[in-house]
Amino acid sequence: MILLRYAIGRFVTMLLTLWIVSILVFVIINLPPGDYLSNQIAELRATGQAEGVAKAEFLRREYALDRPLWEQYLIWTGFAPGPQGFYGLIQGNFGWSFEFDRPVAEIVGNALWLTVLVNLAAVVFVYVVALPLGVLAAAKSETWVDYTAGFIGYLGLATPNFLLALILFYYGHKYFDLPIGGLMAPHFEGQPMSWPKVKSILVHLIVPTFVIGTSGAAAMMQRLRANMLDELSKPYVETAIAKGMKPSKMLRKYPLRMAFNPFVADLGNLLPAMVSGSVLVSVVLGLQTIGPYLLAALKSQDQFLAAFVLMFVALLTLIGTMISDLLLVLLDPRIRTGGRET
Amino acid sequence: MPLLNVTSLNIGFGTEAPVVDGVSFCVQKGETLALVGESGSGKTLTCRAVLRILPEAAQLRGGSIRYTSADADCDILSASQKTLRSLRGDRISMIFQEPMRSLSPLHRLGNQVAEVLHLHRSISGAQAKRQVLAQFERVGFPDPERAWNSYPFEMSGGMRQRAMIAMAMVSRPDLLIADEPTTALDVTTQAQVLGLIKELQRETGMAVILVTHDLGVVANMADSVVVMNKGRVMESGAAADVLGAPEHGYTRKLFAAAPVIPEVAAPSDGPQADDDLILDIRNVTKSFAMRAGGWRKPLIVTACRNVDLKLARGKTLAVVGESGSGKTTCARVALGAVTPDAGGEVLFRAHTGAPPIKVHDMSAAQRRAFQRDAQMVFQDPYSSLSPRMRVISALCEPMEIHSIGTRAEQREKAAEMVRMVGLSPDMLPRFPHAFSGGQRQRLSIARALTLDPKLLVCDEPTSALDVSVQDQILTLLEEIRDRAGLSYLFISHDLAVVARIADEVAVMRGGVIVEQAPPETLFYNPQHPYTKALIAARPEPDISRPIDLDLVSKGAGAPSSWPEMFRFEGADAPALREMTPGHMVRCHA
Repeated sequence: MILLRYAIGRFVTMLLTLWIVSILVFVIINLPPGDYLSNQIAELRATGQAEGVAKAEFLRREYALDRPLWEQYLIWTGFAPGPQGFYGLIQGNFGWSFEFDRPVAEIVGNALWLTVLVNLAAVVFVYVVALPLGVLAAAKSETWVDYTAGFIGYLGLATPNFLLALILFYYGHKYFDLPIGGLMAPHFEGQPMSWPKVKSILVHLIVPTFVIGTSGAAAMMQRLRANMLDELSKPYVETAIAKGMKPSKMLRKYPLRMAFNPFVADLGNLLPAMVSGSVLVSVVLGLQTIGPYLLAALKSQDQFLAAFVLMFVALLTLIGTMISDLLLVLLDPRIRTGGRET
Repeated sequence: MPLLNVTSLNIGFGTEAPVVDGVSFCVQKGETLALVGESGSGKTLTCRAVLRILPEAAQLRGGSIRYTSADADCDILSASQKTLRSLRGDRISMIFQEPMRSLSPLHRLGNQVAEVLHLHRSISGAQAKRQVLAQFERVGFPDPERAWNSYPFEMSGGMRQRAMIAMAMVSRPDLLIADEPTTALDVTTQAQVLGLIKELQRETGMAVILVTHDLGVVANMADSVVVMNKGRVMESGAAADVLGAPEHGYTRKLFAAAPVIPEVAAPSDGPQADDDLILDIRNVTKSFAMRAGGWRKPLIVTACRNVDLKLARGKTLAVVGESGSGKTTCARVALGAVTPDAGGEVLFRAHTGAPPIKVHDMSAAQRRAFQRDAQMVFQDPYSSLSPRMRVISALCEPMEIHSIGTRAEQREKAAEMVRMVGLSPDMLPRFPHAFSGGQRQRLSIARALTLDPKLLVCDEPTSALDVSVQDQILTLLEEIRDRAGLSYLFISHDLAVVARIADEVAVMRGGVIVEQAPPETLFYNPQHPYTKALIAARPEPDISRPIDLDLVSKGAGAPSSWPEMFRFEGADAPALREMTPGHMVRCHA
């Protein structure tokens, strides 16, 4: 009951945050002088292609780029009627990409799901790798296990992702026959989902997951190790040993539960770091995620595309934070029963 | 055959000299052995060696610990991990000093206690629960089922220690090791917990090793005593012999230092007419709003209610009470750190006849002036001095803040203060970690004195210190008070500490003063059941005078359980009445 009320409260704050993010995103994207179309018009004039100018002018009106910024914002989000009436983000219209000359939804449609997929795989990778290594490093602190885990971790943190990507592609292809680049074999692109296509995607996911997740896993492992070490010096650990527990079982039941909180709380931070961090990786690896689109859109001031991608990243972050907050409430009775009478 | 036979135990760290050096003693079946000593005496390491839960850096350098019972006979120091695990928690169990931190905050009590049974017996969940509930009831939880489902942070310190005891007792061990089990608890709670351990022992016939620094606790509990100092056994023997006629000089020193509530032949002769008040606290109530989260109404907690306190110049007023009694809030109100609720007044006169400063309503300039005149000595000398600041800077800082004197003058003053508290000025360039607890407390007193204050608020200045050091600090505070004409507001939970230094004692409970009188009167003729409980709960180092648990539990209960005359519920307390001149008791007429 408390949990449900908390979840609803969290959801409302999430919507509010998303709204504020939308304002920020819109303002920041419009900070550089000019927009895609006025740049294009200037270029067309300079090269004497007057017939193109008319089309660009038409688009400017069509997308309300000739109106004041605040009106543009309201039309974009769908809070105010534009040339086509109420038709903005909240009505499901993501806008038009000038660069690609197609609706944003059409461009990013597939990429959205692949982005979620790649990042989800990376998050799972981070947790699956960091959890045992961090616990092991803490339990065997100052032994070769700890030092080796630490060394690999720092190596992972320090190696640039794109370099790691290139190395893995080379050796992965040479020894394991892993595919290079892309998220599926080319002949599956645009095809409906099928078993061979899923298999192809999974095989293609291996290297990107590893590349995107490595630095996150290394950082997470170090944090978990530090938290565990703090917990291991607490008196309740001694109590557990004095009860006659086996060290391994004691470790899992008590300090790990305590060290788990910051571990879970990190979920919210992990998602945006990976999405934005994976832009470069996606370019290098040729992944059809939204990363490369974001890069292209920002370079050419393709404002609706850029704004949509940024909003999407923000949404992922907020969902991640919300999940981690709800998990924390489930995990920690001190938060859960904070208001309970004693 | 003794149950436990420790012979020439030797423990050390690194290449240093051993910190436990040739310690030998035995524990017979069913007896209580007290390991007595001050911090650094090696008593804790010794008792932990019995379960082999030592810090990782500690080396067991020699000796043996032989455990012999009906079903086991082994040397613990050379036993395998598996054997050790089967002993720990089952045959030998342990309770620790800090009940607040010795239980996992994320697991329910029932889970943590039942775990012992699951580890050592093949037993069904329902059976384990039945046994644990019985044990909870045995250790005094009024509602065992509720305790089973509670988390540790939902309980008071005393209740947590009861849960720890339940955890240690549920497997009916042969030997219970209690490492300062009551040091972190209030005196009345301490008395009840000690009583409980004794009762359980009588029931199950287990032996107890009680580690403590308090000779009063020893006298109440122990059959035999081992006195330790600097890793060696100074004296050991039957409790009656050691406590009755201590042979060793160190034991005698410990006895001399132990604070006791004095025997008083007659009450003090009425109140002295004192109208030169340095501090006058009138009708102070302080309530805090606790955020309940969300949109719910905040919870109002009243920390103290209708408190009137008068401190005459050059005197010491002691406020005594358990944790949560509101005594610290009083100290904070007196220092202007907390503003009382409307209607309360705190008046401060820096000099005789000077116009009073309204501490509850000061301007910024007044506050600065007031801060020079009223200083504080804190409880924990380990955390009240910054570890990154040299002592000289810590001592000069107050003068720098108030821009008093040149740099050279400040240093001169700091040196003078350090001499005044009995340390040498060459120690000034050192960092705090180079000083012992007692020396640090001297330094923090010196720091409080650098501004030449008129009023010193001492918040439990001795409760983190060893008994012998406690005694020195109290002597020092008395000397300084008389030499510099200071006035003290002295906060403590221990009547025995207050007995020697106070001119007037106010006993607080649940936010109100329940009894107030000069100490002689209070000890000669305590009226209020809570005061009686406080006095009775104080363990005395004399085995012929055990704690009267009946008296303690009568007075230490909730105000609604007090005798008719004193009973009240919630905020509905009776008035503070003057029984004889200068002796106030909160009771119905």
